[in-house]
Amino acid sequence: MFYIYCPYCGEHREEEEFHPKGQAHIERPKDPEACSDEEWGNYLFFRNNPRGVHHEMWVHAVGCRKFFNVTRHTVSYEILETYKMGEQPSITADSQKQPREPAAVSHQEGVRA
Amino acid sequence: MSNAVTFDTRTDTAIPVESPLAFSYRQSGAPRAGSSSRVQLRERAMLGHLILRGGAIVLDEAVRDVLGISLPGKPQALVQDTSGERSIQWLSPDEWLVIVPGGEEFPLETQLRERLGNSHYAISDVSGGQTALEITGEAARELLMKAVIYDVHPSNFPVGKGVTTVFAKATTILRRPSEERWELVVRRSFADYCYRWLLDAAAEYSVNVEQ
Ligand SMILES: [Zn+2]
Repeated sequence: MFYIYCPYCGEHREEEEFHPKGQAHIERPKDPEACSDEEWGNYLFFRNNPRGVHHEMWVHAVGCRKFFNVTRHTVSYEILETYKMGEQPSITADSQKQPREPAAVSHQEGVRA
Repeated sequence: MSNAVTFDTRTDTAIPVESPLAFSYRQSGAPRAGSSSRVQLRERAMLGHLILRGGAIVLDEAVRDVLGISLPGKPQALVQDTSGERSIQWLSPDEWLVIVPGGEEFPLETQLRERLGNSHYAISDVSGGQTALEITGEAARELLMKAVIYDVHPSNFPVGKGVTTVFAKATTILRRPSEERWELVVRRSFADYCYRWLLDAAAEYSVNVEQ
């Protein structure tokens, strides 16, 4: 059971209140008409499936009903951080390769399953 | 004044109006336990419920002018006027629930629309879609602990807090307007289910239902 920090409600809430909504930071091509079939197909259908740090969208479905982003480790299921829509992650796969600084562990960190 | 089309959902015509629990009282009864009761249940029926959506600053000015209460900007906050009959609850960064005595909601909506003019906002009258159940008594918190996934310990749930959460697998708004009173705002279509759940869960506390 996750205990997830909703950046809009400002507190940890039960997993039962949330739904995962897939990969985050997918940008719609600015000019779809100018896309090649491959570019458009990649935008519509193809998603990352990393082993390790993954950025995904979740929605606080029973709660404030806002979408937000979660950085989650797909092996340990650990939620490393949550952040509002439009913001950028502070933890990425690259930053995880360096030894982790304690400063990165804020109170917003999710609790391990 | 905005050009939104509005209408008063309370009409003068003699259409019988029933609370969402009218059927439940007939079907499941309303236990009376008298002085042995440790939990009291009461529907606060036919109140006026409005959903306000928009920017906090714009809405706050209008609400303060019209209702005399400032809009709670903090997440999970619930504010009331001095009588405790009118309240505003934070639901989301751009959404608030206003509950007023029945019949006040349409004049309030009209006044707010006049005051807000052409600002970017939305007001929906949801009075017919939900109802408020009041839970009091010494075992009220114990009862909630059985049904709500949210932590209702006083250290996590002080007076003046309200959350949208899961109550017995149904979506509900749980709020604490005063030290000894808890309120559930449930959807009309879930009212019977929630009422029967409460009767069952509160049977061990000799629940007393006030009609
Ligand atoms: Zn939330």
